[in-house]
Amino acid sequence: MNMNNNNKHSETTSNPHNNTHLLQLILWTLAWLVSTALVRFGAEYIWDYQPTYSIYALVLHLTMGVGLIVANVKHLSKLDELQRKITMDAMGITLGVGLIAGIAYEQLEDIKLISYEPQIDHLIMLMAITYIMSIFIGNRKYK
Amino acid sequence: MKNRLKVLRAERDWTQADLANALDVSRQTANAIEKGKFDPSLPLAFKIARLFTLPIEEIFFDEEATFISK
Repeated sequence: MNMNNNNKHSETTSNPHNNTHLLQLILWTLAWLVSTALVRFGAEYIWDYQPTYSIYALVLHLTMGVGLIVANVKHLSKLDELQRKITMDAMGITLGVGLIAGIAYEQLEDIKLISYEPQIDHLIMLMAITYIMSIFIGNRKYK
Repeated sequence: MKNRLKVLRAERDWTQADLANALDVSRQTANAIEKGKFDPSLPLAFKIARLFTLPIEEIFFDEEATFISK
């Protein structure tokens, strides 16, 4: 049995269909990011906070968000079982860190340890870093 | 869980990429299973057994069961 001519595997993907789903996930993520910027900066610089346009932008933003979630689910379903385990472990750790750190961070202002209102951006950054590190550690573990 | 994948693969002169391709998994996954770092699911274990035309128990070894029987 000669399988050498059919070697199409990379380190992280099991077949070309995975690459298609990964590309879709990247495109949906980019679209969602652009729609986030549109909601925030469009209201300020383009339509001067007119509610009708803001609602359209928000609906577009939420639609892109749903697309992103669907693309993520499809991407997960096409991963092989080890890749899915690494990703799900990273998601679990990220959710835990986000919840624990988020609640603690929110309480900092209530108990007067910080003088400013906690920013959601800080929590998102923490979650992003946690997710990236968890994926990195997971991949190293099963290398 | 220990296994004989490396030996079976070598007997057939397959690379890890060949094995990964035949099982439709990534090379990382084939490597992790071969090294015993990751235990495959039952469907994947059956797929491996079919690929090598061997019973699962001749490919994978339950170390705990082996220890108890001693």
